[in-house]
This record gives sequence, structure tokens and C-alpha cells, in this order.
Amino acid sequence: MKRAFPILGVLTAVLLSYGLYEALVAAPTEQTMGDVQRIFYYHVPSAWTAFLLFTVNFVASVVYLIRRSVKADIIALVTAEVGVVFCTVVLVTGPIWARPVWGIWWTWDVRLTSTLVLWLIYVSYLFLRRFSSSGQTPLMAAVLAIFGALDVPLVYFSIRFFRTQHPQPVIGGEGSIDPKMLHALLINWAGFLCLAWLVCWSRYRLELLQREVEQTEALEALLDSRRSR
Amino acid sequence: MSFLYAAYAATWIIHISYLAYLLRRYARLRHEIQKLNQK
Amino acid sequence: MSAITNIARASLSKDLRLEWRSKDAINSMLFFALLVVVIFSFSFDPTAEESRRIAGGLVWVAFLFAAVVALNQTWARELRNQVLDAYRVSPAPANALFLAKALGNFIFVMVLEAFMTPLFIVFYNLRALGPAYQLLIVAGLGTWALVVNGTFFAAMSLRTRSREIMMPLLLFPISIPALLAMVQGTTAILTADFSAKFWIVLLTAYDVVFTTACLLLFDAVLNAE
Repeated sequence: MKRAFPILGVLTAVLLSYGLYEALVAAPTEQTMGDVQRIFYYHVPSAWTAFLLFTVNFVASVVYLIRRSVKADIIALVTAEVGVVFCTVVLVTGPIWARPVWGIWWTWDVRLTSTLVLWLIYVSYLFLRRFSSSGQTPLMAAVLAIFGALDVPLVYFSIRFFRTQHPQPVIGGEGSIDPKMLHALLINWAGFLCLAWLVCWSRYRLELLQREVEQTEALEALLDSRRSR
Repeated sequence: MSFLYAAYAATWIIHISYLAYLLRRYARLRHEIQKLNQK
Repeated sequence: MSAITNIARASLSKDLRLEWRSKDAINSMLFFALLVVVIFSFSFDPTAEESRRIAGGLVWVAFLFAAVVALNQTWARELRNQVLDAYRVSPAPANALFLAKALGNFIFVMVLEAFMTPLFIVFYNLRALGPAYQLLIVAGLGTWALVVNGTFFAAMSLRTRSREIMMPLLLFPISIPALLAMVQGTTAILTADFSAKFWIVLLTAYDVVFTTACLLLFDAVLNAE
């Protein structure tokens, strides 16, 4: 188990370096947008990774509601945090891409706006986790995650309809993709998935350690109060 | 053009900041464990 | 099923009677609502043509503001008198209590809106170009969307630090599709530029989904620890 960690680390570094080369050098330059389009190779894989992490969070939350398993709770916490990190990347690279291409920083584009709402929901999730008293935090968080998941299709359809009434440019491109571009995209996605796995794993271990320390400290405090009597 | 590098830089800054945050928490935990072991 | 409605009705009538007797909360909320309308009118002073286009957004932000203040104290009375503990011990189904609270809040916020609306019409010289009766449907569905989730999140926030900021913090992101629908629906009816039908359908779907979720999950929230 522990040996897998450095192996994963090396794999991540290799994939991401190769991906960087592919994205900046090997992939062909796009006709209309030019080199700026290469942001795509970071923007899209980050989005897919974030959505995957949030999906795992949803599943873990449901499992927690049914089984009250501590492991499920920690997985939920970890994927929410790392998911927000990747989601932040999407929301930052999106406008940086939009500005030179369409002249505007933001557009109520379906995908970007849905990502923003998802980001907001999960940041509120992290606030709930931080602010609620430790006894019920896992349960409250799991319930919130489910509410968030129920919200996602509603968000998508409402913004999509809104956009048909007020058409705006689409960030992220559509249509078919050149195979060499697809190759660069997939390599970067693989790299970011490995990075996500690595970071989640680290965060998981950190959380386990944290809870152990907290339990020990609580026990110490109890024993201390007994000794002093 | 600089937008491209800004985007890539931003991505890595965000990821590295989070990893730095995790390292800081880990260091603080190690300190706590040391304190507990001394007791 | 009838147990739920009986208990809900009893709980609701108790709340309404308490409210009516003290009149504290409703009076202060009405004055607060008036202040909100006046301040918004100072801040945004558009021409009649523009006002129809932006009034939808303004009105709903004002309603949202008032609703949050109302929702924040929704469980205050129960907390003060340890009613929640008594409820947990009783065999009554938890979602009866939730339903009563949500309906009470709904009535309360609708009263506030009914008060604020003529004020907005006056200050903004509003006149609906589309079918005005639909405004009532949008108001009803929209208010329920805010109130049902707001009551639920207020309960979830009871055992958190900074309880009062936690409820809107949780409510706003989840409510975004409903808010978009309320604003767009209202604008559609006021300007008659497009049909409000899609937004009314969306609001209905939102209300059904989240009312069900709240009713199913309230028990877990009430009984947590």
C-alpha cells in the first residue's frame, strides 16, 4: 500500500510533464483562436476531474446516510475539498481564456455558470463542515451534498434556457476535435486524474491522523481531570 | 499570448497553494503528536 | 398520512396564534420591508421603460432579503423553550413539524410581499404588460421555493457557530435556479417580451423536488445527536 504512493507520484509527474509538452508544443495550433486555445488542455481536464470528484462526494454522502460509515464521511470531505480546488482552476482559466478570444471576462455560458454554481454549493458545504459542531457534521454535510446533487440538473436546465433567450459565446468550444488535440487532452486528463488521486490520498491520511490526535487529546484531557481529583 | 502562460501559471499556483496548506497542517499535527508523546 | 396533517395543522395554528397575539415579529418585519423598498428605490432610479426590465430582479432581491431575516428567527421560539427536545421524544413524525414551520413561514413571507408589492408599484410606476395573474403564481411558487429550503437550512444551522450567517450561506447557492426563474418569470410578465411558461414549469419542478427532499430528510436532521 505505502509503496504505491511514490509510484503514483512519479506517474503523475511523468504524465503532467508529457502533457505540458503535448499541450504547448506538439498539439497543432488552432485556426481561429491561435495559441490561446491551448488553455483548453488545462481547462477541460480540470473540469472533468472536478465533476468526477463531486460525483464521488455524492456517492460517499449517500453511503454515509445509509450506513453511517466513518470512511465514507472522510471520503466525502476529501473529495469536496480537492474538488473545490480543481473547480477553482476551471473558474480561473475560463475567464482568462475568454478575455483574449471574445473580449469579455465572463459570459453566462451554460458550462461556466453551472461550474460556478457547483463551486458555490461546495464552498458552502465546506463552510458547513467547518462551522458545525463535530457530532453531527457528517450527517448535515451528507444531507447538503444530496441537496446539491438534486440542484445540479435544475441549474443546468435553467441556465440553458436562459441562454437561448440571451445568446452568448460558448466557452470551451464545440464540435469535432482533431485527433492530435484529443491526444494532448487525454494525456493531460490522465495526469490530472493521477494528481487528484495523489492529493486525495494525502488528504485522507492527514484527516485520519487528525482525528486520531483529536481523540487522543480528548482522552488525555479526561484522564487529566480524573488524576487531578 | 501572455494569457496562455497566465492560465497555466494560475493552475499551478492554485494546486501548489493547496499542497502547501496540506503540508502546513501536517507540520502542525506532527508538533501536536510530539507534545502528546512527551506527556 | 392524516397524523401528519393533523399535527401540522395543530402546530401551524399554534404558531399563527402566537404571532397574532404578540404582533412583535410581524410589525418589525413590515417596517423592515418598507425600509428595504425605500432604500432600493433610492439606489435604483430608472425610467419607466427601464424599470419594467429591471424591476423583476430588484423586487426579488428585496423579497429575498426580507425572507432571510424572517427565516433566521423561525426556530428561535422552539429553541428558547426546548420544544425541539420534547418533539424528538414524542412519537409525532418530524416532517409534520417541518411542514407546519414551512407553511407558517410561507404565510409570513407572502404577507410581507403583499405589503411590499404596492410600494414597489408606486415607487417604480410599474404596470404589467403581460398577464398579471401569472405574477401571483410566480410569487407563490417562488416564495415556497425559498421558504421550504430556508426552513430546512435554518434547522440545519441550529447547532453551528455563526448560526445566522450559515442559513443564507447554505440557502443562496442552492436557490440559484429558483431565483433565476423567479426573476425571469416576473420580467417576462412585466415586459411581455417573452413567455413566463418555462420559468413557471421550472419553479414547479424545483418546488416538487425540494419539498420531497426536505420532507424525507428532516427526520434525520432533527434527530441528529
